[in-house]
Amino acid sequence: MIPALALENIDCTFASREDVSQRYTAVRGATLRIAEGEFVSVVGPTGCGKSTLLNVAAGLLRPSAGSVKVFGELLSGINSRAGYMFQAEALMPWRDTIENVIAGLEFRHVGREQAQARGRDWLRRVGLAGFEKRFPHQLSGGMRKRVALAQMLILNPQILLMDEPFSALDIQTRQLMENELLELWGADRKSVVFITHDLEEAISLSDRVVVLSAGPESHPIGDYAIDLPRPRDVAEIRLSPRFIEIHTRIWHAMKEEVLKGYEQQQRH
Amino acid sequence: MSSSKGISGWSSRIRLRFWQGFLLGLLLVAWYVLTSPTLLPPIYFAEPNQAAFFFGEPLKVAERLWRWFATGEIYEHLWVTLVETLLAFLIGTVFGVVVGLWLALAPAASAILDPYIKAVNAMPRVILAPIFFVWFGLDIASKVALGVTLVFFIVFFNVYQGVSEVSPVVLANARMLGATPRQLLRHVYVPSAMSWVFASLHNSVGLAFVGAVVGEYLGSARGVGYLIHQAEGFFDMNTVVAGILLLTAFALTLDWAVGIAEKRLMVWQPRSSEAERT
Repeated sequence: MIPALALENIDCTFASREDVSQRYTAVRGATLRIAEGEFVSVVGPTGCGKSTLLNVAAGLLRPSAGSVKVFGELLSGINSRAGYMFQAEALMPWRDTIENVIAGLEFRHVGREQAQARGRDWLRRVGLAGFEKRFPHQLSGGMRKRVALAQMLILNPQILLMDEPFSALDIQTRQLMENELLELWGADRKSVVFITHDLEEAISLSDRVVVLSAGPESHPIGDYAIDLPRPRDVAEIRLSPRFIEIHTRIWHAMKEEVLKGYEQQQRH
Repeated sequence: MSSSKGISGWSSRIRLRFWQGFLLGLLLVAWYVLTSPTLLPPIYFAEPNQAAFFFGEPLKVAERLWRWFATGEIYEHLWVTLVETLLAFLIGTVFGVVVGLWLALAPAASAILDPYIKAVNAMPRVILAPIFFVWFGLDIASKVALGVTLVFFIVFFNVYQGVSEVSPVVLANARMLGATPRQLLRHVYVPSAMSWVFASLHNSVGLAFVGAVVGEYLGSARGVGYLIHQAEGFFDMNTVVAGILLLTAFALTLDWAVGIAEKRLMVWQPRSSEAERT
C-alpha cells in the first residue's frame, strides 16, 4: 500500500548565521513512513530535530537531500493535503475566534455564509460554542488550542502534523485535549504525525512510536507498535500493565539518547 | 494609572480634579495680577503697561476668544486648519503604508534606498515649507504637503517595523491554511502593520497638525496659524495668546478623538486590565 506520507532519506543541514562555513546537520538519513489512518508519534530528546522533520513534511522547509512523497506524489512547495498544529501561538490575534477558524475556507474562496456555518459547527465540536466573537487574547491557553484544532480540521486535511501542540498546557487540560483529539481522530481516522518529548503522551495516543536519536545528525533509532486497545482514555490507560510494559521497553532504548542530548545541551 | 478602586478611588479622583482646577485658577490669578497695569506697582518693568504688552491680559484674551466665536469669524480659520490636518494625516498615512509594505517585503529595494531614507528623515523638514509654497502656492496644498512629509516617516517606520515583526509562526500557519502570497499580504502583513500604525496614531495626527499650523504661520491667508502670525505683526499679544490657547484646545480635542478611534480599532489587542484577569 502507498503510505500517506513518506519521508525518504532526509538530510537537513543549516548554515550558521554568524559564520557560513559553520554547518549544523540537524537530521541525517531519516526515513519515516506513515500509513493511511495511522497515528504515529515521534519522540526524542529536546533539540533532536523533531520539528525540523515535521516542517519538511509540511513543505515549509526544503530538505538538503532526500524526498517527501504524499500519497505517492513527490512534494514540492506547501503540503496542501496536510494540516499543521504549531507548538507556539499561531492564531491571528486580530481575528476573533470564528474568523480564525474559517480563515482557511476564506483563503479557498468558500462563500461567507457557508464558511460561517461550518465554522460555528466546528467551534461547537471543540466545545467552544458561544465563543465566536472572542479574540485570542480573551481565551485561555487550552481554548486557544481548541481554536487552532478547529482551524486545522475544518479544512479536512488527510494528514495531521502536530508539533507538541499541548506542551504549554497544564496536565489536566492537556489530558482533556488529548482525549478530545482521540475522539475527533477516531471519527474519520486521518494519518497523524504527532511530535512530543513526552513518552507517556506518545504511547497513550499512538498506533506507533518512533524514537529519534539525539542531535546532531538525528535519525530514527527505534520503531514500536503500540497494541493497546481503542477507544482509549489517556488518563486511565497509563495505569494498565501493558502500558507500563511498553513504556519500560521504549524508555530503556531512549534513555541513552536523552542523556546524550542532555550532555550536548550542557556543552553549548 | 489604575482606575476602579471603589469609593476611595472616587473621592481621591475628585480631590485630584480639585487640585488640578485649583492650579489652573492660581495660574490665571497670577497672570491677571502680574499683567494688570494698575493693580501692582511695576516690579520688573519700568513702564506699568509693559507686562501686559509682553504677556497679554487674561480678560482681554477671553474677550477676544468670545468675540471670535460670537461673530463666527473663527470657524472659517478652524475649518481650514482642520482640513489641512486631516488631509496631511490621510495622505501621509496612505503613502507610509504603501511604501512601508513595499520596502519591508522587497529587501533589495530597501537595502538600496536605506541611506536615502535615513537622509530625508534626518533633514529638518519644516525647512521645506518655502519650497512647497513655490510648488503648491499659498493655499491649502502647501500646508498639506508639509504635514505629509512629517506624517509619512512616522507611519513608514512603523509599518516597516510591523511587517518585519510579524510572528513567523502566524505566517507559517497562514501558509499551511492555504494562503497565497497576495492573501498573506492582505490577511497577515497588513493587519500586523496596521496595529503599529494605530499605535502611532497620536504621534502622526499631532505632526499633521504641526505641519498645518507651521505652514499657515509661514505664509497663508487663512487658518489659525495665519491669525497668530497676523496679530504678531501688530504686536497684539492678546490675540496671539488667544490663538495659542485655541490651538491647544484644538489639539486636545483631536487627541481625544484619536483615543476613541484607537479604542474601537484596536479591540483585538489585550488591555492590561483584561490581561490580569485571564
